[in-house]
Amino acid sequence: MTKASDGGSAKPEAVRIAGITRTFGNAPPALDDITASINSGEITGLVGPDGAGKTTLIRLMTGLMLPDAGAIEVLGYDTRTDAARIHAAIGYMPQRFGLYEDLSVRENLDLYADLRGLAKVERPAVFDELLTFTDLKRFTARLADNLSGGMKQKLGLACALLKKPRLLLLDEPGVGVDPISRRDLWKMVEALTAEGIGVLWSTAYLDEAEACDRVLLLNQGKLLFSGVPSELTERVEGRVFKLSGIAGRRRAALTRVLDDENVVDGIIQGEAIRLVLKSGTDPEALLADVGGGEARIAPTSPRFEDAFVDMLGGGPGGRSKLAEETRPRPAGNGHPVIEAKGLTKRFGDFTAAADITFDVPRGEIFGLLGPNGAGKSTTFKMLCGLLKPTLGEGRVAGFDLRRDGAEARNRLGYMAQKFSLYGDLSVAQNLAFFAGVYGLAGTLKRDRTQLMTEIFDLGPHAASNAKDLPLGLKQRLALACAVMHEPDALFLDEPTSGVDPITRREFWTHINGLVEKGITVLVTTHFMDEAEYCDRIALINQGRAIALGTPDALKASVATPENPDPTMEDAFIALVLGANERAAA
Amino acid sequence: MTATAHGVGKEDWRGSAQRLATLVRKESLQIVRDPSSILIAFVLPAVLLFLFGYGVSLDTARTRVGLVIESQRPLTQDLAASFQASRYFEVSIGRDRRDFEEALVLGRVRGLIIVPATFTSDFAAQKNPSIQVIVDGSDPNTASFVQNYTQGVVANWAALRGAEVAAHPPPISVEQRFWFNAELKSRNFLVPGSIAIVMTLVGTLLTSLVVAREWERGTMEAIMATPVTATELLAGKILPYFLLGLTSMTLCVALAVLLFGVPFRGSLLALYALSASFLVPALGQGLLISAATKNQFLASQVALISAFLPAFLLSGFLFEISSMPTVIQWVTMIVPARYLIPSLQTVFLAGDIWPMFLRDIAIMLLIGAVLFLLAARSTQKRIA
Repeated sequence: MTKASDGGSAKPEAVRIAGITRTFGNAPPALDDITASINSGEITGLVGPDGAGKTTLIRLMTGLMLPDAGAIEVLGYDTRTDAARIHAAIGYMPQRFGLYEDLSVRENLDLYADLRGLAKVERPAVFDELLTFTDLKRFTARLADNLSGGMKQKLGLACALLKKPRLLLLDEPGVGVDPISRRDLWKMVEALTAEGIGVLWSTAYLDEAEACDRVLLLNQGKLLFSGVPSELTERVEGRVFKLSGIAGRRRAALTRVLDDENVVDGIIQGEAIRLVLKSGTDPEALLADVGGGEARIAPTSPRFEDAFVDMLGGGPGGRSKLAEETRPRPAGNGHPVIEAKGLTKRFGDFTAAADITFDVPRGEIFGLLGPNGAGKSTTFKMLCGLLKPTLGEGRVAGFDLRRDGAEARNRLGYMAQKFSLYGDLSVAQNLAFFAGVYGLAGTLKRDRTQLMTEIFDLGPHAASNAKDLPLGLKQRLALACAVMHEPDALFLDEPTSGVDPITRREFWTHINGLVEKGITVLVTTHFMDEAEYCDRIALINQGRAIALGTPDALKASVATPENPDPTMEDAFIALVLGANERAAA
Repeated sequence: MTATAHGVGKEDWRGSAQRLATLVRKESLQIVRDPSSILIAFVLPAVLLFLFGYGVSLDTARTRVGLVIESQRPLTQDLAASFQASRYFEVSIGRDRRDFEEALVLGRVRGLIIVPATFTSDFAAQKNPSIQVIVDGSDPNTASFVQNYTQGVVANWAALRGAEVAAHPPPISVEQRFWFNAELKSRNFLVPGSIAIVMTLVGTLLTSLVVAREWERGTMEAIMATPVTATELLAGKILPYFLLGLTSMTLCVALAVLLFGVPFRGSLLALYALSASFLVPALGQGLLISAATKNQFLASQVALISAFLPAFLLSGFLFEISSMPTVIQWVTMIVPARYLIPSLQTVFLAGDIWPMFLRDIAIMLLIGAVLFLLAARSTQKRIA
């Protein structure tokens, strides 16, 4: 592959991947002629969106799956002939939590210690070290099922580390884990590299890639890049800018600048717009696009994602055909479209959400952000009428969810990245089904489904089953189903986590366009990039809203002299830790 | 650390034994903690036994019938008294069949027994006296009981009447099978048979479910990436469920003997030898199903259709194999339960007949060996 990846490093090679191809059924290859290597003593990020081939590549390295062509050597052993020796020397954490949920923490450790042949005399010391390392000492008797997502991942890591592996393969350890636990995990793994262990950390979060020593960037089964992350970001060096001073009209401004042929990529980041320009472009010239005024443009440091999108040939344009076909919602009477008043939900003596209050005016994107199990899904479900609040009141488009739940639900569209489609129904059948569910009939039904098919360009796929679509198309179909009945409010549940950056931009272009037309959006996510698109965010922790404000305000609230320009993730961590400390005090 | 690439021999054996022991321990903990295992291994068998012990008896205690005596004579009155005295019938007596037609349609009586006006004269003249039986065909089982019981009652009555009629048993029906023989309570047959069903549940259904569950939850993948071998994995699954199957069987036998008073005339050795041999093909089938499906829902469906239903229908448990069409009789040859059930019934009702047991054990082990071979071939340490 790239020359730079082979030169320069003196670290011993742990994995050598030579011309690997793997195909499943009639689909295009999951991995297409991959050649790469992974070194000992450092963290290699295996980066790419869902469906890029990350899991397949890891399974090939474990020898649990064999390549159609090419060969892999792990620690000098060929995966075809020496899988048993590889298994004795590696630690592997599959994507789905690979531990026994009906066994306790201690029993899981015992099981893996036996399976890996850890001598009895070594155990007390090793267990003690790992339990301290993972901060699970207090929970040794707890069933794995009752651990939080972050603790489960830590336990999985501990089990994989029982007999010091020479190579550690982690398949998306950061999925379903909040930023705090994610940061903890990262620190643990980093400590291991100091002992000479090679670590492969796969992820769909591009921001994680930046922290890796090396990166393998996969997209649609192809290796786009392999090497040090800064080598990749170098390609956009000096071309990344932040356009600010356009508060209140940043979405319209984004649409306009994306139409500029000199703009490669652009996304909303809090109150500002982040831009990647073609080389040789005068950034000041863009100010004209957004109508001057107080607008300013300043260079900013490039990120991995900027370079990734640049490599893929730039982001999509800024126009949303969906938004253009959507009738504008009148400004109305000034009442908020979504209201939560003291929403409280108790399950037995457990309070999942306590006294959550906020309202979302017409044409705003509001985000619910928080760690796993913090209560954001509970709040979300109460507001779309799926859960009855124990106390308090929720309103959508003026309808009380308790009394007029059906009317309220008819005014909202719901979309979840993972669950909202029927995989065994075709694209056309999904559209027809959702049209029916939302009470569209006759010519209206025909017109709307036709319009959606046209806007999202689903025609060529009308007969394919939804589960066989590539992720990007699924995403479009899910959005089409959610907006078919022209809802006033859109409820999005982690709409773009794990999706490739191009698809994510396409999606948010539609949402931004809809918001400009007066549609109101509620998003729940623990994906920091999604949070940046919001006008305001409520940070939910342990069932309570611990902070509410614009993304920039939340970030500013945690700025310190050491970290004057904190990221959304920094803000999240600082605010949650602060709240936990106060609760403990 | 120690990647003892060349450590063969003793150390490997010790490591292997340790891994196996730990897998068995893990599985046992899971069985104890998983309510569904307990349900399938203990609650379901108990329910099944109660069902067969009390509910589904192939003898009917008292069936309501209508008895139509078209002409009242001493002879017919005597016959009617015989019916009234029968333990199997609850008799309402009328003079015309039309009295009962509605009751038959509504299901208030299960059949009509009609003693025609000519009965007495025919009887006296020894001219084939006949009795007509009309049964409710919508419930074939009960219908055939009515028919058969009637025949029995008449035969008894005829016998009591002594030599004068011995030469002329009234020819009502020629069906020769008597289901109501008090000596052969169907419960005594059904309960040993249902033990085979229970072991099919544990051996095949439960085992296929738990292995498929490991695939679904991703635990299989994690465990495969450790030094554990495919054989150890298989053995680690089989041993606990083998023991669970025997435990479940023991519970059933205890219930059958203590609660239902089913006689137990053979030896415990024969009982356990037969049951253990049956569990070999049952477990083999369970492993094969789960290795092929890797999905709990599919595994349970396949297990029900390929193991549970055949054990019910093609094993001689409910239906006589000898009365099945020839092709189906061939199919029953590969149903392990058909070799267990007759032997088990023999252990309970007759005693140890080792030549029969040994033949059945050998066949079950043979089927088991084939299934295990197939299961081992399909369980490699590979994901796809």
